[in-house]
Amino acid sequence: MRPISRVMIAMAALALLALLFVPIWRIDLAAPQYPEGLYMQIWADHFSGDVEKINGLNHYIGMAHIKDDMFAEFTYLPKVIVVLSALGLFAALWRRRIFLVGGLVALSLFSLWALWRMWDWGYKYGHELDPRAAIKVEDMAYQPPLIGHKQLLNFDAWSTPDTGGWVLFAVIALLCGVYFLEVRDLKAKLKAKRSLASTQP
Amino acid sequence: MNRTLLYSGTSVALAAGVFLLLNSLPGCKPTTTKAAVTGDAATKVYVKPGTHDEFYNFVSGGFSGQLAVYGLPSGRLFREIPVFSVDPESGYGYSEETKGMLMTTYGFIPWDDSHHPELSQSSGVPDGKWCFINGNNTPRIALVDLGTFRTKSIIEIPNSAGNHSSPFTTGNSEYVVAGTRFSVPMGDDASRDVPIKSYKENFKGNVSFIHPDPETGRMSIAFQIATPGVNFDLSHAGKGPSEGWFFFSCYNTEQAYSLMEVNASQRDKDFIMAVNWKLAEQLAKEGKGNKVPGKHYSNWWNEETHSAETTVYEDVLQLDPKDHPGLVYFMPCPKSPHGCDVDPTGKYIVGSGKLAALIPVFSFEKIQKAIATNEMEGDFGGIPVLKYESVLHGEVKKPGLGPLHTEFDANGNAYTSFFVSSEIVKWNVEKLEVMDRVPTYYSIGHLCVPGGDSKQPWGKYVIAYNKITKDRYLPTGPELTQSAQLYSIEGDKMELLLDFPTTGEPHYAQALPAELVKPREVKFFKIDENKHPFVAKGEKETKVERRGKEVHVWMTTIRSHFAPDNIEGVKLGDEVYFHVTNLEQDWDVPHGFAIKGAANAELLVMPGETQTLKWIPTRVGIWPMYCTDFCSALHQEMQGYVRVSPAGSSVPLDAYTVSVDAEM
Repeated sequence: MRPISRVMIAMAALALLALLFVPIWRIDLAAPQYPEGLYMQIWADHFSGDVEKINGLNHYIGMAHIKDDMFAEFTYLPKVIVVLSALGLFAALWRRRIFLVGGLVALSLFSLWALWRMWDWGYKYGHELDPRAAIKVEDMAYQPPLIGHKQLLNFDAWSTPDTGGWVLFAVIALLCGVYFLEVRDLKAKLKAKRSLASTQP
Repeated sequence: MNRTLLYSGTSVALAAGVFLLLNSLPGCKPTTTKAAVTGDAATKVYVKPGTHDEFYNFVSGGFSGQLAVYGLPSGRLFREIPVFSVDPESGYGYSEETKGMLMTTYGFIPWDDSHHPELSQSSGVPDGKWCFINGNNTPRIALVDLGTFRTKSIIEIPNSAGNHSSPFTTGNSEYVVAGTRFSVPMGDDASRDVPIKSYKENFKGNVSFIHPDPETGRMSIAFQIATPGVNFDLSHAGKGPSEGWFFFSCYNTEQAYSLMEVNASQRDKDFIMAVNWKLAEQLAKEGKGNKVPGKHYSNWWNEETHSAETTVYEDVLQLDPKDHPGLVYFMPCPKSPHGCDVDPTGKYIVGSGKLAALIPVFSFEKIQKAIATNEMEGDFGGIPVLKYESVLHGEVKKPGLGPLHTEFDANGNAYTSFFVSSEIVKWNVEKLEVMDRVPTYYSIGHLCVPGGDSKQPWGKYVIAYNKITKDRYLPTGPELTQSAQLYSIEGDKMELLLDFPTTGEPHYAQALPAELVKPREVKFFKIDENKHPFVAKGEKETKVERRGKEVHVWMTTIRSHFAPDNIEGVKLGDEVYFHVTNLEQDWDVPHGFAIKGAANAELLVMPGETQTLKWIPTRVGIWPMYCTDFCSALHQEMQGYVRVSPAGSSVPLDAYTVSVDAEM
């Protein structure tokens, strides 16, 4: 492994720890009567922002009350992040490409899993409505967008990565870069080996 | 090694840079929309100094209990007419004469929550004579005279609780109605002392038809109609073909009595109640119905004695629809209907289910047909329920969220307010098609088009009365001003012209051309016609008189002195009554009267009027009194003294005004 690869892997691993301290995702809501907008941030272990205001609005249409203990993920997500980070540091110290590949795969799976969890939660949150809700709009579900914009009744909803989300993407991009470098080195090495072998009498 | 250092150094710097960059972009924060006001909006609402607005706008004061008067299109506030709440500024509810206006069977009630102004009508059109308004908390209806802009009469509504679906008028103001929001048990003490859980069995609804005397404005209850226990919300009279009918929205057909926001929102449809009031009137005349207990006060302002007069009634005539087929029908209406509005043609009734995602429009013709052909889906509390499909003209699909109220223009269009989606939606009544929508800032409740609930809307504007103000004005701490917004409806598109702040919480409002009101204005009261028992029609009639512990002062005001202005011989333990007559006979020359330590308020006495302030001195000494309304260049000289002596004092009672000649 190149030294630069090791440095980059170590940095990626350390950067991953930032996910413990910054919000990962955010949902913004806007409506005429909320000129200042409403927002909600999703951290590794809790929600923040106008969660109670959003709950207050959503109860009219029978959406569940958002609480931290709704999510088992909040209890183990920080641990998963620490383990992934440790895996990265391990790869950097041990100089084994297999750790790099493992870390990258694990991280990608983690990201996909996190996105899937978010979608799944959003689906349930938007579809499983209290049948006793005051306002029922025919054929209407309130699943928030996974990423991007969606109109939900009178609200414009935006779902976007927050700082942590961008860090996660950057970490993946960084590791992909390292992977690319290392694969190129590996290929060159193999080629050199082959040509060495072919020149031998 | 050097290369490694270089690589790691640059990559750390790079990573740090990326991190900082990302931190500065925490998500792509959406920008919020601000109302676009076009360039010429200002000229459309500008009323040149010294000129008058085109419309009067009578706006409910909400929890102020009063009625506010604005000009349109300027949005300028002219008056807050004291109606249900005391007003220390004018002495309303504090002067001895006005106290009677606020008397009820519960005693003197100094406050109420006023929701719906309704202008009196002639031939289905506002005539500028009176403005009715309801007191919600201690059920009452008031009539405000638009000649004096004063409360002319107030009637208490018995067998009612939460007087909300009131005070809407019939086409010639034969009646104004009062529907009870809360159903309650009625009758004697024993029938009212029941468990709350026995709602279905014991709680009853009730709508009252109040007759204002066309000459005097004195009000009396013509009859009440008993109904099953529900919550009545709003109402409107039929007109044209539907003249003779009245429509009331009601919710809580679940008959819930607790956690209403959930329990009263379960059924897909509640009702609009259709009442054949012509039939009710006839039944009442024929002596049908029962006299039931219902003690209530009817207070009336006598402009000759400048005093309130109270009549106390012990009972009311009640009609039970179960005994009189054809009197009352229910029409199913989705979902917890709030507004209940009849279009100018009188052909259509619009129900606004505040939790519904559509607006149902009922056809009066179809209602009559359904009644004639007996198209019923059952009954509710013994009252026939018409089939929804049979009485429906059609539904406006997906108009917005949380429809509350509808007003109309003269061109067949309706304007519905949507609280949840915070907008006004314009739609065509005949075609049921949405034509335009504009956002309101924020969360509109009622709305008003001049003449918009009558046979002949003047149109031109729609005014939004909003429930939330937030950032629209300079902030004033946690409690903000209330707000209204003026939109032009002259073009195809509604156009925001103006925000203006309002007092109290504005609920309903009505507007009419100023020309219908201006000719009625009373400029002052004629002193010759003053029949107040303590009037002094000139300074020669001023005096003081002791009646036991009471000291009565016949006092006059004219620019710029009181007569008398020196009073001696008042003793501790006395109650002093200052009967102040304003001798001025010109427009806009009120005099105020205030005395130190008065535990009530001031008096603001209009020209030609007599008002009385009761004052109980608490210490020995000299007490100042003065005029509070700047009346002339010598206003600051308009003052006097009262000498108060100990209880057993032998100072003789005397009152005088000393002229310059006498002093020299």
